[in-house]
Amino acid sequence: MPAISRDDVAHLARLARLELTDDELGHYAEQLDVILGAVQRVSEVAADDVEPMSHPVAISNVFRPDRLIPGLTPEQALSGAPAVEDERFRVPRILDEE
Amino acid sequence: MTFTSTTAVDLAAGIAAGDFSAREVTTAFLDRIAETDGELNAFLAVDTPGALATADAVDAARAAGEPLGPLAGVPVAVKDVITTEGLATTCGSRILEGWVPPYDATVTANLRRAGAVIIGKTNMDEFAMGSSTENSAFGPARNPWDTNLIPGGSSGGSAVAVAARQSPLSIGTDTGGSIRQPAAMTGVVGVKPTYGGVSRYGLVALASSLDQAGPFATTVADAAALHAVMAGHDPKDSTSIDAPVPPVVAAAANGDVTGMRIGVVKQLTGEGFQREVREHFQKSLDLLAAAGAEIVEVSCPHFEYALAAYYLILPSECSSNLAKFDAIRYGLRVGDDGERSVEQVMAMTREAGFGPEVKRRIMLGTYALSSGYYDAYYGQAQKVRTLIARDFAQAFEVADVLATPTAPTTAFPIGEKVDDPLSMYLQDIATIPANLAGVPGMSLPVGLDDKGLPVGLQFMAPAMADDRLYTTGAALEAAVGWEARP
Repeated sequence: MPAISRDDVAHLARLARLELTDDELGHYAEQLDVILGAVQRVSEVAADDVEPMSHPVAISNVFRPDRLIPGLTPEQALSGAPAVEDERFRVPRILDEE
Repeated sequence: MTFTSTTAVDLAAGIAAGDFSAREVTTAFLDRIAETDGELNAFLAVDTPGALATADAVDAARAAGEPLGPLAGVPVAVKDVITTEGLATTCGSRILEGWVPPYDATVTANLRRAGAVIIGKTNMDEFAMGSSTENSAFGPARNPWDTNLIPGGSSGGSAVAVAARQSPLSIGTDTGGSIRQPAAMTGVVGVKPTYGGVSRYGLVALASSLDQAGPFATTVADAAALHAVMAGHDPKDSTSIDAPVPPVVAAAANGDVTGMRIGVVKQLTGEGFQREVREHFQKSLDLLAAAGAEIVEVSCPHFEYALAAYYLILPSECSSNLAKFDAIRYGLRVGDDGERSVEQVMAMTREAGFGPEVKRRIMLGTYALSSGYYDAYYGQAQKVRTLIARDFAQAFEVADVLATPTAPTTAFPIGEKVDDPLSMYLQDIATIPANLAGVPGMSLPVGLDDKGLPVGLQFMAPAMADDRLYTTGAALEAAVGWEARP
């Protein structure tokens, strides 16, 4: 596996929506490299015929009866919002003005 | 009567019998918090008015002859990762500072139904990422045995609250050891139930396939009383197991290990564990054998890969779960000046709102899930998870319960490992396998090291056989005769 560079960390941070500082880029590059080096061991044991396990409980498709259940009121749902307008979440600019 | 040194079971019985009131009990613990928490920092919020109102309601219900819940009037402190309607829930993070949830977690609702008094919300590593509570955005919690030391984590505040008798009971969450390891560090009982045994609805997710809430208490019987109240099937959590709660209270009352086979996991005993931890572990096995248990050795060869698999699976799940902190619907928003785009605001908010460990794990997960690396990292880790589950299945063919030390060391100084993630991660080497396989585990105190700090022992049982933990736990508790206090 490749070593983790500052550019790699910058790329990961962009994907994860983290605006890291220059100091953080260098620091995390070093640490992620060490951690990834250690966790690479997983490739030593797992053979091709081993099924991957995503979850400890073997249940799927849990259904409930299709009936209305009261949810949060608009006031409750908006109670923690950073900004509200007309009973809606007010969000930062999504589209360019032009 | 000194309420703060009375068990939860006795407090509930005394309140029900009218020997004393829920208000008296609640007041005693609120006073204890006021006296001690300036130093310990176990609480992020103390709900004095809410706690007293609940206590008064219990006293009024009793006076009116109404039936009381099993924990009526007994204070419980709740880890700040579990939502409480009307009471702030921060997850130990700046990004949720001041957020007041509009709904109760199922665990919270179950507590209220049982008559428990929710006394406050406890300090924790940010979003439950850590083994020391140093990653809290609101300062570290301190170990009451020595306030220069960490109390373990991530549920450090909940462990401290019970160890320092600020609350007779508390609730934590355990994703890789976050109940059991702090229980060991602070000399209390902590249980991670079977995955799916306790609802995760309203538990702010770290890693959805690993997270499980469970009890902290000073005795095995108290832990069982809280476990029984918290647990049970919940239609709001699709991973909740639709089966009766294992008979934990009866098991804790019984404690007969005659003929039980206790398996010692060969891979989790020797090297890497502090000398006194090994000594007390061996002494405990001798006590269990003397009580009638049969000690057998089991081999779990893939456990040595558990830490590596965990630090791929957990970051992968958490990088996805924490994407919801996007500055839109709740929590912090930074840099919204009307000019910046939503993506810029998200990135600035997440940079300002998350601490170093959270960022580290989000990026690890983003890396492990990215195309080109997915098979080599996340895919391989999932296969190791299968191998670990198989190790457990084989071990439980020859043993009813497995035993290991809970943590490799006793409590360490605040600051010692905070910037050395790998060394911190090793704290959970014995506790992680249970989360990966979804089986239950318990830590209980079994002795003191040379410095007078608590040492914990872990039991693990097959899925939905949580009662076995309480049987062996009660037996060992009685044999050890633990009386040490911080």
